[in-house]
Amino acid sequence: MSPQLLQYLLSGLTVGAIYALVALGFSIIYNASNVINFAQGEFVMIGGMTTVSLIAAGLPLALAALLAIAATTLVGLALEKLAVERVRSESVVTLIIITIGASILLRGLASLVWDKNLHALPAFSGERPIALGGATIVPQSLWVVGVTLVVVAALWWFFNRTLHGKAMLATSHNRLAAQLVGISVRRVLLVSFGLSAALGALAGILIAPITFTAWDVGVMLGLKGFAAAVLGGLGSGPGAVIGGLALGLLEALSAGYVSSAYKDVIAFGIMLAVLVLMPGGLLGRRSVERV
Amino acid sequence: MLEVSALESRYGRIPALKGIDLAVRAGELVALVGANGAGKTTLLRALSGVQRVSGGRVRYEGADITNAPPERRVRLGIVQVPEGRQVFGPLSVEDNLRLGGYTRRAAESASTLERVYAMFPVLRQRRQAPAGTLSGGQQQMLAISRALMARPRLLLLDEPSMGLAPRLVEEIFACVQGLRAADTAIFLVDQNARAALAIADRGYVLETGRIVLAGSGAELLADASVQAAYLGL
Repeated sequence: MSPQLLQYLLSGLTVGAIYALVALGFSIIYNASNVINFAQGEFVMIGGMTTVSLIAAGLPLALAALLAIAATTLVGLALEKLAVERVRSESVVTLIIITIGASILLRGLASLVWDKNLHALPAFSGERPIALGGATIVPQSLWVVGVTLVVVAALWWFFNRTLHGKAMLATSHNRLAAQLVGISVRRVLLVSFGLSAALGALAGILIAPITFTAWDVGVMLGLKGFAAAVLGGLGSGPGAVIGGLALGLLEALSAGYVSSAYKDVIAFGIMLAVLVLMPGGLLGRRSVERV
Repeated sequence: MLEVSALESRYGRIPALKGIDLAVRAGELVALVGANGAGKTTLLRALSGVQRVSGGRVRYEGADITNAPPERRVRLGIVQVPEGRQVFGPLSVEDNLRLGGYTRRAAESASTLERVYAMFPVLRQRRQAPAGTLSGGQQQMLAISRALMARPRLLLLDEPSMGLAPRLVEEIFACVQGLRAADTAIFLVDQNARAALAIADRGYVLETGRIVLAGSGAELLADASVQAAYLGL
């Protein structure tokens, strides 16, 4: 493998891991409510910006990150409690429009609370690049990929090994039956917003030392995360991870071999092609119902 | 045990239940018969709290539960087996059962699970299979078992025999009688009015959102209008 290719693959995996975290957030809320939460990108922004502020206030990085994740989770819970839950209408479209409104509101608030400048977070463990088979990788990339691996494993365990996780899955498969066995669908919705917000914040904190953060980073990261979720198959956990990594790699390869000006065009173009051929996404849900 | 008075419910502006009065006493098997669209499923859903009511009262063991959320009713012991089984298709049989015991303690669930497996050995054999791959009859057994996992004191059964072969229908009805003998009160809705009324202590006839007739199972079976409308005599 040429060092150049390896370099592109490493940077693709890093950004792909971030897309995967954002995509997981989309899928978790989609599963609980069939809603596409367009404020998902804003969770990413709030996570990064809050950490920047807390570090500026003198807190150590680890504590600042934890508090920022907690604060973003509260924003997610508040969004569900104050906006989504209040809507008595069953229409999914109404709820999606509400999340679009919430994202604009959050972005506006961020530009007031903070400012419209770019902010950097210090890398978690130094900036000295590590040489790897002719390519180099910044330590922050290892943090991004490592933390994403741990989070994905933890989510897998939660949804496949615990009764509460299975209850959330069951709610996405059959809402009526879930209510009839005594699962509180309202609580499932609340937990899914909190969990998605925490995932988004984590993504925003991990990537900020590499790409900077600002009041409007949520727009593009949210869009990419949504694209990754759709590519992998909306509502599928493994699909979100694969979709995120695939989108990240596509972008890095097209930036490297074609032009960085066209990386989004090529990535989204391939995504559209996949969806034309496989409308359910790479790992879209196949029905195993026998009636 | 359960007292329903003047219960009303509507879909948008169209009334589905127009003032229902009925009661189920402890340990009783009560059947509800009626044509398609009479409101049977709506009534069961209102009793489970998944269909909003627009008027009237539901009391359970003296407490008003008219507006209680579904999960609270399950905890109180009102558990429904919904029409069309509604199993969690992609999840395993055992996961379906464990979720049935979602409102119960883990230890209690484990012992109920053994009882359910003893009752339907086929579910134990297929416990790792996705529920959606079971046959219709097995899915119905799973749906009933899932409800039993919640330790019901009042079991609401919506069309348990629908789409099943006659031999399986007999098996399901025998199982329902067994549950009643074990002191679970049962409110049964079934298109097979003859079989339902034959095992029922009492029955109600529902027509376009109203109870038009009530009596013992035997009385209703002998009633000329019931025979003409629901028994094909």
